[in-house]
Amino acid sequence: EFIRKLWEGLLVQSKPPLTSHFPFPAQIPPDLVDKLERLALVDFRTKQGLECLEKAIRFADQLHVVDTTGIEPMDSVLEDRALYLREDTAVDGGCAEELLKLSRKTVEEYFVVPPGNIPLPKKEERSSMLKHSEL
Amino acid sequence: MAASRVTANEIFLNIKEISTRYPKALCLFRQISTSRPHYDKQPEPRTKSASQQLVGVVGLEVHAQINSNTKLFSGSPVRFSAPPNSLVSFFDASLPGTLPMLNRRCVEAAVMTGLALNCTINKKSYFDRKHYFYADLPAGYQITQQRKPIAVDGVLTYSYFGGKKRSQMIRKSVQIKQIQLEQDSGKSLHDDDRSQTLIDLNRAGVGLMELVMEPEMKSGEEAAAAVRELQLILQALGTCQGNMSEGQLRVDANVSVHRPGEPLGIRTEVKNINSIRYLARAIDYEIQRQIDAVQSGRAVQNETRAYDSKSGETVPMREKEGLQDYRFMPEPNLPALIVYEDNASLPTGIDPSQAVVVQKIKDRLPELPGVKRDRLVQTYGILPEHSFTLVNEDGLMEYFETLMKTTQREPRKVIGWVTNELLGHLKQRDMSVSQSPISPAHLAELLKLQETGRISSSAAKQVFQEMWRSGGKTACQIVQEQELGLVHDSAQLHSICQKVVDSHPDEVHAVRNGNKKVLNKLIGLVQKETKGRADPVLVKEILQQMTQ
Repeated sequence: EFIRKLWEGLLVQSKPPLTSHFPFPAQIPPDLVDKLERLALVDFRTKQGLECLEKAIRFADQLHVVDTTGIEPMDSVLEDRALYLREDTAVDGGCAEELLKLSRKTVEEYFVVPPGNIPLPKKEERSSMLKHSEL
Repeated sequence: MAASRVTANEIFLNIKEISTRYPKALCLFRQISTSRPHYDKQPEPRTKSASQQLVGVVGLEVHAQINSNTKLFSGSPVRFSAPPNSLVSFFDASLPGTLPMLNRRCVEAAVMTGLALNCTINKKSYFDRKHYFYADLPAGYQITQQRKPIAVDGVLTYSYFGGKKRSQMIRKSVQIKQIQLEQDSGKSLHDDDRSQTLIDLNRAGVGLMELVMEPEMKSGEEAAAAVRELQLILQALGTCQGNMSEGQLRVDANVSVHRPGEPLGIRTEVKNINSIRYLARAIDYEIQRQIDAVQSGRAVQNETRAYDSKSGETVPMREKEGLQDYRFMPEPNLPALIVYEDNASLPTGIDPSQAVVVQKIKDRLPELPGVKRDRLVQTYGILPEHSFTLVNEDGLMEYFETLMKTTQREPRKVIGWVTNELLGHLKQRDMSVSQSPISPAHLAELLKLQETGRISSSAAKQVFQEMWRSGGKTACQIVQEQELGLVHDSAQLHSICQKVVDSHPDEVHAVRNGNKKVLNKLIGLVQKETKGRADPVLVKEILQQMTQ
């Protein structure tokens, strides 16, 4: 229902909605970029990366053109499916060897990892690590 | 630490700015929520003169491992100890292309627990992803129920012995905000020597019920009593075995202090609590620590602290990277979880194995501890305090009921032996009821001897001690061996009394002059002569006669 309305909203206009309908393009503060990079572990603070993000925000803003009063939000395309309930019988596991083979380093059937999360390099170090950074 | 906090604040301010200037951009910035969005984070006002006392505020988050054969979303077995990574499926290891398959038993367990705690069961509940990076969480997110959990708005009533002499039974209740289904993480073993961590995913994906309680408790004692009651309930239901030392029941305490009526203070989260006893201690320590801080004008930091059982203190835990943003999003691979009220509301043609029916589970609820206690009071006429103790100690109720079957004595006379003598001895030696060297049958025999007047009450206690020590000798045997039988022979008693009277003319004089209390001294002397075996009633009679 919601998706149909969105498509209708978009199709009715033969061109993309006027940007004058939206607020000004989002200026994403450097600290927020920092935070997003930390959360997603994706480096995107190049000029291209930021432009891409801004475009994505503006693209998503189109959703606000649609009137959604009285419509339940959809959170899964599976919403019309019944959630399958499984019997409580053991059918999995017992493949330690196979799984351990996937790890670069193991010790006596344990996966070996660094002690705790590796801290991200400091902001100053990061900017020097990335080329074309404009922040 | 300070630097990252300032950054977080800046981000908050910036987001506020963006949200006011660009309200439509707000859709991108999901609500930054930790797992406890309802908590107030206003800072404590600077110390005023202590017109009112600072009190503790405690909210508990309990993670109960669901007692099921397999994990929440995979068919891997659930077992406490097994070779590392032997209970791990491809899904548990988060290999690409694997999908979650919900275990019906886990849903039933959550519903059952919700019903036992008077919750409203949400007919439709949803699963979400909670993202954070840690090596024991292979997928990089945990599947939980943040938006709409399976059960909400419950109540847990509990009691504990409080008051000045700890003899008054105090009844309290705490509201259960919600119960949600979620995955457990794997286990990390830190090898500091080699600067590495070993990961075992056997526990990854095991079903948990997270119970969130409202911050209504005020002390470690209350929290401990609440958790004990919860433990008893879960064990009675069979939905969780509740063993804290094995990690089946994990409790994190959110602690803050404030003056009643004022806003809540900054809270800390206390983790690494492995027993109910430590829970009480950790909370009390933390409350005191915070009170001391506030009274000295220092601010309490919003942090996570670990309880160190050796020192009895809470210490700051390893730094997390600033404020966590879990980026909650709906779990795209799972549609909503639907449970049905009763058979009548089932859609036609549905496979029964695909339907969880609340009414059916309600009908199957076993006897809960609270009901058990009431039943004991009703059946045996004992006090609520006694039935509380009986139900609270593993196996004690069964011991008492077995004893009552073999003895003819009144329950009120018997209960003291069980809750004081027996339990006292067990507690002193840190033993459980099942380890008691005195069986109900043997204790029944002892009680019979006392009842028929063969031995005095004090002698009975002596015999009990000896029975405990000898571990197997019957009461009769001990009474015979140690000649503890009451002496009823009036001739014998007469002669002993005469001896005492003759050797204590002053006391006899005092009694004749009206001081009755001295008579007790004479009785005591006679008992000393007879090693406590004289029939006290007879002795008193004889002495009274002699001192007229």
